[in-house]
Amino acid sequence: MDLFLQQLINGLSLGGIYALIALGYTMVYGIIELINFAHGDVYTLGTFFSLAILTLLGVTGIVTGPMLIVVVAVTILGAMLLCGLTGVIVERLAYRRLRNAPKLAPLITAIGMSFILENIMQYWRGPSPVPFPQVIPNPSFALGAISIQTKQIMVILLAVVLMFALQAFVYNTRMGKAMRATAQDKDAAQLMGIDINTTIALTFLIGSALAGAAGFVSGVYYGSTWFFNGFAAGLKAFTAAVLGGIGNLAGAMLGGFLIGLIEALTTQFIGDQWSNVMVFSILVLVLIFRPSGLLGESLPNKV
Amino acid sequence: MKLKGGARGAAIWFAVAIALPFLPALFHRNGGGFTNFLADAGAFVLLALGLNIVVGFAGLLDLGYAAFFAIGSYTFAMLASPQFGIHIPFWVMLFVASGIAAIFGILLGAPTLRLRGDYLAIVTLGFGEIVPQTFQNLAQFTGGPNGISSLDQPAIGAYKFGHAGGWLAGFDYYFMVLALIAAAVWLANNMRNSRLGRAWMAIREDELAAAHMGINTTTTKLAAFAMGASFSGLAGCAVAAKLQLVSPDEFGFNVSVFILAMLVLGGMGNIPGVIAGSLILSALERFILPQGTNFLHGIGLNVDLTGSRFLIYGVILVMMMLFRPEGLIPSRQRKAELHAADTDAGAAAQEQALYTEAVR
Repeated sequence: MDLFLQQLINGLSLGGIYALIALGYTMVYGIIELINFAHGDVYTLGTFFSLAILTLLGVTGIVTGPMLIVVVAVTILGAMLLCGLTGVIVERLAYRRLRNAPKLAPLITAIGMSFILENIMQYWRGPSPVPFPQVIPNPSFALGAISIQTKQIMVILLAVVLMFALQAFVYNTRMGKAMRATAQDKDAAQLMGIDINTTIALTFLIGSALAGAAGFVSGVYYGSTWFFNGFAAGLKAFTAAVLGGIGNLAGAMLGGFLIGLIEALTTQFIGDQWSNVMVFSILVLVLIFRPSGLLGESLPNKV
Repeated sequence: MKLKGGARGAAIWFAVAIALPFLPALFHRNGGGFTNFLADAGAFVLLALGLNIVVGFAGLLDLGYAAFFAIGSYTFAMLASPQFGIHIPFWVMLFVASGIAAIFGILLGAPTLRLRGDYLAIVTLGFGEIVPQTFQNLAQFTGGPNGISSLDQPAIGAYKFGHAGGWLAGFDYYFMVLALIAAAVWLANNMRNSRLGRAWMAIREDELAAAHMGINTTTTKLAAFAMGASFSGLAGCAVAAKLQLVSPDEFGFNVSVFILAMLVLGGMGNIPGVIAGSLILSALERFILPQGTNFLHGIGLNVDLTGSRFLIYGVILVMMMLFRPEGLIPSRQRKAELHAADTDAGAAAQEQALYTEAVR
């Protein structure tokens, strides 16, 4: 039972990272119905950008006191900005021209962009895992027989805070309203005076920025990363988005935490080597039996 | 002499068929390096022809195609090696491996082909990840990460493949792959012109309309999946026999994307295009990138082109889709569709189509 509770905590913090990535998948899919394969790689870029910023700041180990807040804030915001811009560039280069092309076309360029980003990262930081400095002091708290680390609390908190900020943005601002309108009907939105291109670029900016935040957190959480990290993480996050109901922000969050839990429990009770198989099997099962996900509403096929 | 349409096509095919057996002789040396390369490239031609049925004809994006390749390879490896002491002849295994791959194609396709195109892509991707990992995890059957080695070689009578030395080396596998490709091209071409092939293309263009014309979309798509999978299983069997080895890391996502890039480069849906695309990428991998790297090192540039092959495939995918989505050697029909706007009449038709879409 203690083991189970311990894995529950581990799973929730793992899930926080997946949830942040899943938000980007779900936003992009919601607005242009594209599986952005390059999104997982933007997340890995987020870790590398954070690393670069930390190196620039001269941070190589644990930071304490008020400096900690400054360092973490600068790194997260910097990584979010750089990843956001990457997302916008990817959309501009590879997806915008194909918005009215057959659906296969942007899907194929998305795979191409994913390969390109992976290779750029491989050039930049080499093919082997790169260590990430432990920025945050990490004392653990004992709760009965289970222990909770500070960085686990940070992951979960950050994910929840960003998700609420996003929710507020999408439902309470003009730009958020424009995003929802564009997602519903691009032509009608355009007739109402919404600039479709800007709105879609904004969606990529925000989604990719969230992946950037996830990139920083995962660097701190795992203590290392490598150029291919985003492939599996991206697939799991996409699974999370589908599980929660694609296009649904709260669903992406719920799906992310669930996938994290499933992965942690599989690792503990069945075996590490089966965790990927488990997650992908869930993806297949959800798509077959409940393609609209847990919180999504089912849509009829568009003619 | 001017031949028209079908006659011209037949003449080209005939000329190619006559020339192919002599092709290796052009660059052939003792030991058969080039011939060996052609045999390897031929296996990828088989794979590309199979994926072409799924993606090119039926328009279903299969991102886990390498999984069927793995299934074909492992089927051969388990039934024709010391692993379980079973030694079924290679020629029988060709049919068994492609049959088993087709069965898995149906097993995967039956529940998932109802899904929309992009969901299908991600499910097949997941399947493509699960299969090699499962082979790796089930170590008691599959040898785990080491795979299975010393597989049986194909044999005709007393002659075992791969044992010819000197000038003849490599020709046995080359001719075998050539025969398989000939059969595959014949089959794919006939299927494309059959009722089933027309149904595939109808689904590719508009699934809803196809369904309303009385096509059973589920069984038709399933047939494409099974057919593509069986080509992949066939190639898997041939490759495993040639290498005499299978291991779980030969079948990753990048293999599926490599084959997809062949289709995108050559021209999806067009058999000569697909063959050309796969030969170009195989040559790129084997000769152009290593030679280019050597050349760059020679002039003092320390760039490793072989290390950036996936960058190159990524760029191919993006650039082709953006600027030449019909591929280098498109089918006439596809080209007409994609460039309809280039002519006045086509532009009018396309405008009409856009208008109807806008008012729907």
